[in-house]
Amino acid sequence: MPEQIPADSVGLIEPRQAVFEEPIDLVCGHTLPRYELVYETYGQLNSRRDNAILICHALSGHHHAAGYHSMDERKPGWWDSAIGPGKPFDTNRFFIVSSNNLGGCNGSTGPSDLNPETGRRYGPDFPFVTVKDWVTTQHRLMRHLGIDQWAAVIGGSLGGMQAIQWAIDYPDALRHCFAIAAAPRLSAQNIGFNEVARQAILSDPEFHGGHFYEHDTVPRRGLMLARMLGHITYLSDDAMRAKFGRELKQGRLGYGFDVEFQVESYLRYQGTSFVDRFDANTYLLMTKALDYFDPAAEFNDNLVAALRRAQAKFLVIAFTSDWRFSPARSGEIVQALVDARRAVTYAEVEANHGHDAFLMPITYYHEVLRAYMARIEQEGAAA
Amino acid sequence: MSIRPDIALIKKWIKPHSRVLDLGCGDGTLLQLLRDELQVEGYGLEIDPENIIQCVHNGVNVIQQDLDQGLNNFHDQAFDYVIMTQTLQAVNFPDRLLQEMLRVGHEGIVTIPNFAYWKNRLQIGLAGHMPVSRHLPAAWYETENIHLCTLNDFEDLCRKLNIRIQERLVVDYAHRDQPVIRYFPNILGEIALYRCTRNL
Repeated sequence: MPEQIPADSVGLIEPRQAVFEEPIDLVCGHTLPRYELVYETYGQLNSRRDNAILICHALSGHHHAAGYHSMDERKPGWWDSAIGPGKPFDTNRFFIVSSNNLGGCNGSTGPSDLNPETGRRYGPDFPFVTVKDWVTTQHRLMRHLGIDQWAAVIGGSLGGMQAIQWAIDYPDALRHCFAIAAAPRLSAQNIGFNEVARQAILSDPEFHGGHFYEHDTVPRRGLMLARMLGHITYLSDDAMRAKFGRELKQGRLGYGFDVEFQVESYLRYQGTSFVDRFDANTYLLMTKALDYFDPAAEFNDNLVAALRRAQAKFLVIAFTSDWRFSPARSGEIVQALVDARRAVTYAEVEANHGHDAFLMPITYYHEVLRAYMARIEQEGAAA
Repeated sequence: MSIRPDIALIKKWIKPHSRVLDLGCGDGTLLQLLRDELQVEGYGLEIDPENIIQCVHNGVNVIQQDLDQGLNNFHDQAFDYVIMTQTLQAVNFPDRLLQEMLRVGHEGIVTIPNFAYWKNRLQIGLAGHMPVSRHLPAAWYETENIHLCTLNDFEDLCRKLNIRIQERLVVDYAHRDQPVIRYFPNILGEIALYRCTRNL
């Protein structure tokens, strides 16, 4: 809980709900007759309406990117290190929009909501959503907010993939695209990790084929395992060594399966606390959306052709110790952009935090963001 | 603000609306000028974070990349010009990079400090010390310039690599093209600018 709100915080934030009665045809072939998106905004839209920025969230993220919902909230929004007055995404200069993706479990329509057709919760009947679908819904949110063009669409990891999809699908609707710690599509190893996570959930007896709500239970063990596995892939070997080493919780070996090493304690804590805030069906859908992301697929597997549609200028950032989406994966994006003759800036940030580095206030990383944002502000919509 | 003299000289060799790759682009000054004055579509490669931040400020397309890792990520003949100003002497494999330049670019533009400049010769020949000068300011143990060469050395290497020198400008520190330098370029010239292509 913040004793008092820090001066560089966006402060107390109230999420808002946008209702869309217009049906959406999803990539998977299903149609959702209506849906809602929960979102937050920080800063003010200027009179020229050219200072709006869309923040896209990652796998387990949500709309609450900055500030506090109440004085009782223990931690601020997930990207509070970068969003606020005087921060890289300066709310004194920019109007920032952050929404929860369709299929989410934080207020946007998702599997834990009631299906109007059946009167039951969607559960496993919620249609598969893709990055492209999210971009379509975010585009509708943009119009709902009276914005014609984003100064930038910004995201890390799965959020970066949404930013790339934006640049391809709505070339005129954004001037800059930030793809941070992202990849042009998942590798077999990435999909492999996602599949293990899904199997952990699907094989939990409490999952009940996705209808666990009706059984008044949640697949705790499965979701916890999925998160524990995910967490290992978000950290680097070095970061785990530095943070935990082989340190023992009780100072000695117990020769049992209870927590012995600190790293076990940490992972179990991450797993159990995740269960309390995340929906298992949403986790399944989000990992699938990651697996399906492949913007080149619509262009004969030619990423250059896909990116040739883009008009935005790109900022691509990778982190040296990120092995989930390594700098080489960002390099593929950069290379395709150069081949497509698109404007691109690429920074490779020295960091030992692994994939999670994109959320950290690393000096060089934030300096690059600041410099780029200053340039965006300078250019305005004229560029 | 007056533009850097070497940049002014290089600019004369670049056609408007061309595609340029600048290896070791520093703060992006050259690319910025080529973009603003010649509508050049350019990318710079740079390794130093401070320089990259400056490039971002200047709105220059900069890609953080170590030149010692090569240019594998760029296609053959992807650029009209590949430029390397005062960078060749600081890389691990100047010969390989030179060949890579002309694989990726139609023309290469290279500037090098001339190690055989008379003041350098004096420092070695008479004083018996590695030269320290306006253009080579660092002491031997901390210099980034690990592959210094003379004009003759560079031109020998070009011959060996089957690289044709299309044009050469040898200038003094202020990048003045003094007539006297033309007689004894490898002694009086402080900096050389080359425009080269592959010998087909």
